[in-house]
Amino acid sequence: MGRYVARRLLQMLPVIIGTTFLVFALVTAMGGDPVQNLYGERPVPEGIRAALTAQYHLDDPLPIRYGYYLAGLVQGDFGTSLSGSRPISEMIADAWPETLRIAGIAFAFEMVIGVAAGVMAGMRRGKFLDNLVLLSTLTVIAIPIFVLGQVSQIFLGVKAGIFPVSGTNEGFYSYLLPGLVLGSVSLAYIARLARASVAENLRMDYVRTAKAKGLSPSRITGIHVLRNSLIPVVTYLGADLGSLMGGAIVTERIFNIPGVGYNLFKAIQIEDGPALVGFVTLLVVVYVVMALVVDLLYAVLDPRIRYA
Amino acid sequence: MRGATRTRWAACAVAVALAATACGGGGDDSGGSGADGIVSSSWGDPQNPLEPANTNEVQGGKVLDMVFRGLIRYDPKTGEAQNMLAESIDSSDAQNFTIKLKDGWTFSNGEKVTAKSFVDAWNYGAALKNNQKNAYFFQYIEGYDKVHPESGSASAESLSGLKVVDDLTFTAKLSQKFSLWPDTLGYSAFVPLPKAFYDDHDAWLSKPIGNGPYTIESYAKGSSMNLRKWDDYPGDDKAKNGGVDLKVFTDNNTAYTSLTSGNLDLVDDVPASQLRNVEQDLGDRYINTPAGIIQTLSFPFYDKEWDTDNARKVRQGLSMAINRKQITDQIFQKTRTPASDWTSPVLGEDGGFKEGLCGKECTYNKAEAKKLIDEGGGIPGGQLKISYNADTGSHKEWVDAVCNSINNVMGNNQACVGGAVGTFADFRNQVSTQKMTGPWRAGWQMDYPLIQNFLQPLYYTNAPSNDGKWTNQDFDDLVDKANAETDKAKAITTFQDAEKVLVEQMPSIPLWYQNGSAGYSERVSNVELNPFSVPVYTEITVN
Repeated sequence: MGRYVARRLLQMLPVIIGTTFLVFALVTAMGGDPVQNLYGERPVPEGIRAALTAQYHLDDPLPIRYGYYLAGLVQGDFGTSLSGSRPISEMIADAWPETLRIAGIAFAFEMVIGVAAGVMAGMRRGKFLDNLVLLSTLTVIAIPIFVLGQVSQIFLGVKAGIFPVSGTNEGFYSYLLPGLVLGSVSLAYIARLARASVAENLRMDYVRTAKAKGLSPSRITGIHVLRNSLIPVVTYLGADLGSLMGGAIVTERIFNIPGVGYNLFKAIQIEDGPALVGFVTLLVVVYVVMALVVDLLYAVLDPRIRYA
Repeated sequence: MRGATRTRWAACAVAVALAATACGGGGDDSGGSGADGIVSSSWGDPQNPLEPANTNEVQGGKVLDMVFRGLIRYDPKTGEAQNMLAESIDSSDAQNFTIKLKDGWTFSNGEKVTAKSFVDAWNYGAALKNNQKNAYFFQYIEGYDKVHPESGSASAESLSGLKVVDDLTFTAKLSQKFSLWPDTLGYSAFVPLPKAFYDDHDAWLSKPIGNGPYTIESYAKGSSMNLRKWDDYPGDDKAKNGGVDLKVFTDNNTAYTSLTSGNLDLVDDVPASQLRNVEQDLGDRYINTPAGIIQTLSFPFYDKEWDTDNARKVRQGLSMAINRKQITDQIFQKTRTPASDWTSPVLGEDGGFKEGLCGKECTYNKAEAKKLIDEGGGIPGGQLKISYNADTGSHKEWVDAVCNSINNVMGNNQACVGGAVGTFADFRNQVSTQKMTGPWRAGWQMDYPLIQNFLQPLYYTNAPSNDGKWTNQDFDDLVDKANAETDKAKAITTFQDAEKVLVEQMPSIPLWYQNGSAGYSERVSNVELNPFSVPVYTEITVN
């Protein structure tokens, strides 16, 4: 187990280097003139252009620029954003807690409600509850998130006044609606995944054997069926937690939550390459780590899976 | 307020899932900002650190306008330059100025504002090593070329033209005659700075200290800034509210939604998509007034085909072929005003704005337009391609409308087409490296409300923003003459004479003046925009 984890951690290195290089190269290939961007329609004085070009190594070839970036990264220095000249690590430190709050709410929401709805639907296949779950999840999946976000903002926030409309100045309460909106689509997928998985497992031989042995129905579903059914759900949850923690560009923008997605959007908008690369690097690390956590969870859920 | 809604939320929690709207029940949710007398306002993240000489966009400018006062202040209503910290700014030759300060001004940390506070701040702003984006504002002061050379390193530390005489007096020598120079000093780049700015620069940046009517209580970079009234502010434009909370919005639609729901008091950028709803949502709480911004079509005079006398006629014809009124009404919902000169209405008649100065050359006239274009030998290259950047500002709509108007006149569907350039950066790059072969959209936002600022930087030979490389001896001579004129009224009429050269030569086609827009909640009143389209925060009262 320990060796497996160590090996996986080592494997992360080439992945992180490769992806950050790709992102870095793509941002560079966007072209444009980041220095001019700072000046809008005005000409950039030559002296200042030279200074900024030197500061950000804008004239060096791509591999060398990437080398500078990587060298900084190893020392925990994500660089400085072009706009506002803020250290990107400081921006991440400000933005991430915001994103984690919404992600936490979304994750708890989709896990508890999604799994419960899916399991209940799977147990009562073809009954009213099953149909209700299928129909409502289909509806949620069919609605794009920006529609869901804006509609709930207008009806629950503006018209009904139940939730804060935007911003973060009301503590936990501010994050509730964005969290629910963000979690709703994954919730629908999880419910469907859990339903299918439970329904399939109920037909398995081991369930029949357990029944024949005279085990109580609650023990059969609670221990045997549920545990086996949760493996695909955990995979999905793990991958989803990765994307939730990476921020939600659309949701954070609609509800004006200054998290990772909001900063990413801003960086794209003003072509702030360093900030963009910094935030995407964070996303890459989060994804890779989450993938490892999910793989380790398999072994916990299914004893047949062994890592060595 | 929020407590009440929360209990209602609990009661309705189940019902929400079924019928979300059923739980409204007349939610009177006004004023989400909380504390009494505090105005909450939308904000954009400033692009640069909040150093006065480094802030060249409106969001950072907003803060500086609240936290600082300079020698001159532009009257929020008329745009007229008035003495603020300056007791007097005198000159007998339009080149050597003596500046006397009023006594009794301090920074909010108690430090006295002296002549040295200004001179040091200006030297800091001009020095090449400090990378200040507004350094070019100091270009008229003697010695600028030494501290901020075009290329190479600086050969002097400070501007030789600035001299401190005593605590409240300093002198400035310019490198050329420039009679209206004192009127430029209202720009935020010219404000004084306290010693703390140099002593602990990082600490100052995280919480700037100035001498204006507000002090910064807290600043969370990237999300919000809370400003509070400075009770001991010595000026006569004290804040009439308890303070201002600025909140960053990345989406102006969200800001607008927050305003209509009462979670925000003031939005100073009403999104185009909401213009249709604005009457119904806000009624008379919507402001739409001219800003110091003019949009034009510029031409490449480095291209031989455009630099001929025939092309001059074509440009005049094109100008007459554009139905400005129809486009501003239908495409812009009246948030633009058809232009009839090259300045802006915010200057006022006294400041040099003259409605109709361009005359028939800027008036829609189908027959005359076609005649002039045909006389000039038709559009160079056979087709007019108007370049614009496609990523921001939704320029496509109006460029297409302009082309449509021209095509109608020419009776040819292909006479004019839009030429989209993917990104703004690429577009600017093509413009500034002289790669254009046809006209392009250009916008100019004034630095200070002076007619000089609308003409000299754009049309004077080799001026920094003269992207079309237009050059005209008559124009240059008249600008020089106007700058040397010590009488202000005469200087302005001479600038207008220079502007008349533009009518004849049409180096750029004036399109429309851009308006500034704002909307506010029922909680506040007395909201106005200054000539820079920034709300006059000090005047806002909370009901």
